[in-house]
Amino acid sequence: MAEKQTILPSQILRAVQGVEGEHSLSDEEIVQMRAQILEERAKRRAEAATNKPTVIVDNLNIIYRIHGAGTGRGSATGALSRIVSRRTSPTVKEVHAVRGISFVARRGESIGLIGRNGSGKSTTLAAIAGLLPPEKGGGVYTDGQPALLGINAALMPDLTGERNVIVGCLAMGMSKAEAKAAYQGIVDFSRIEDTNPHAMSLPMKAYSSGMAARLRFSIAASREQDVLMIDEALATGDAKFQAQSEARIRELRESAGTVFVVSHSMGAIRDTCDRVIWIEAGKILMDGDVDEVADAYETWSKQS
Amino acid sequence: MTESAVIVLEELPPPPSDPEYAELGGVPMAAKYGLKQSGKRPALLDYVRVLWARRHFITGYATAKNRALYSDAKLGQIWQLLTPILNVAVYDFVFGFLFNQSRGVHDFLLFLVIGVFLFNFLQTAMVYGSRSISDQLVLIRALHFPRACLPISATVIQLQQLAFSMVIVLAVALGTGQTPTWRWVLVIPALVLLFLFNTGMAMIVARMGSVLTDTSQLLPFILRTWMYVSGVMYSLASVLKDHPFFEHHPWMINVAYYNPAALFITLMRNCLMTNDYAVKYAWQSPLYQPPGAWLIMLGWAVLVGIGGFVYFWKAEEQYGRG
Repeated sequence: MAEKQTILPSQILRAVQGVEGEHSLSDEEIVQMRAQILEERAKRRAEAATNKPTVIVDNLNIIYRIHGAGTGRGSATGALSRIVSRRTSPTVKEVHAVRGISFVARRGESIGLIGRNGSGKSTTLAAIAGLLPPEKGGGVYTDGQPALLGINAALMPDLTGERNVIVGCLAMGMSKAEAKAAYQGIVDFSRIEDTNPHAMSLPMKAYSSGMAARLRFSIAASREQDVLMIDEALATGDAKFQAQSEARIRELRESAGTVFVVSHSMGAIRDTCDRVIWIEAGKILMDGDVDEVADAYETWSKQS
Repeated sequence: MTESAVIVLEELPPPPSDPEYAELGGVPMAAKYGLKQSGKRPALLDYVRVLWARRHFITGYATAKNRALYSDAKLGQIWQLLTPILNVAVYDFVFGFLFNQSRGVHDFLLFLVIGVFLFNFLQTAMVYGSRSISDQLVLIRALHFPRACLPISATVIQLQQLAFSMVIVLAVALGTGQTPTWRWVLVIPALVLLFLFNTGMAMIVARMGSVLTDTSQLLPFILRTWMYVSGVMYSLASVLKDHPFFEHHPWMINVAYYNPAALFITLMRNCLMTNDYAVKYAWQSPLYQPPGAWLIMLGWAVLVGIGGFVYFWKAEEQYGRG
């Protein structure tokens, strides 16, 4: 039984396709497990379809305005007069990163966002988190405050891991006592002390990117977030931590939250998501069951 | 299982729409389930309420930052005391000895330490305030909290440092033969007002610094000018007295004395230093306190404190942009 739980959907799929033969399961077992995975996923998706929505993205348009593009730095007097007169610079270049995206996410859904670099995945997540104001005529509506975990380095690089956990908890709105109570659980989950027992007393800038990612994920995932968005944040973790955090994502999904995952690893997407949205050039190309969309994306990636 | 057909992006069917969304539309559906527009700025009073709920974050963050400040240095926390002492030693050497500014100022050392420490509080609060948003983008993007926590925290950090400096001020006051009077108690309300003023200034430059990176470049020049016109290392009177410009524009003397930095410093000096000749020489005395000083100081603190807060809150939804 224990063996069965550690086998992930992506491994089963590969086994069905006959890509990887290294497993101790018989062919019937594989077919049976694949059928079970599909059945459970279909059940979860059917249930989620009637759940309360947590995120409504309504005709979202995001335009980045980049200053000083094209003509170098521009003249100082020109810049000054623009600041005084509040005119926009003629050198401002507009990048229409998200072009009219609409979708609804409901409780209990875990949604993968896939697409090439620069297709607008991260911009969409930033807009859902309320970090980028949408253009007029559309908007993003959310239940509670979504938390966004990015690939960036430490939260507070000059503070120790210990302080990062406590202050991070306080920032999420915990009381001092709650933060203290949550501390050990967060440290245990991050497994940072497995490799270095003094890691928590080191400043976070001394952490490797994988260690920092683990601690950040552990802090943000410690709280029952209504909407948790993970933007490639797990890519730097080692295999063991990835498996563990994927398990935590499934847990959050089961506790009726909504999880968004941006990843270029189709394995990670297949293991954590039921539904996948494929974004290309700021528009939704496909939105549907994980196998259907991921297969199409992989086929398309190989053919060009 | 695998699709072997060629995928042409243009030929993909349009993605299915959520049936409820298709029926109701975005805004009515959001209203039906009580969803809020993401990143929308809360009303001012709600903002104050959530800010109050995060007060432990503000102090916890400030304390942690303060402890980390000298963690790389060999002498560690001793620098908390050593930095202000060295600062004063340099200024005392330059202005007390080389320029001999102590002429006409009794207890020049005490006069100097009060000026230097109080102005340093304003200066560092503004410098760190201006970077408080742009330096913490990772934190801002990862966790949700009212962003005003950051410039307020930056000011609290400087207030904690000022606490060490005030120990030195009291030591110098007692060491130079001042006797404690009831006026010493007034230091506390004066510091409260100064903290309010500095927090407001920190929030103003924090908003500017979050969009205009030039702010942190420009700020040191503005602050240096402000320091030299505020009588920090020498008495304002010694500059104003025989200056032809102020003889022709006497109203500018009032501008100089009511400028908040000079006013806060003068008030604090008058709390801690005996001042028996100010009456005789009026504005030409080094400890001259203009009429209505406490009231004007309260006005500055409330105006800048509340004004800065509102100014910062107005752009709350934009700070994650970076």
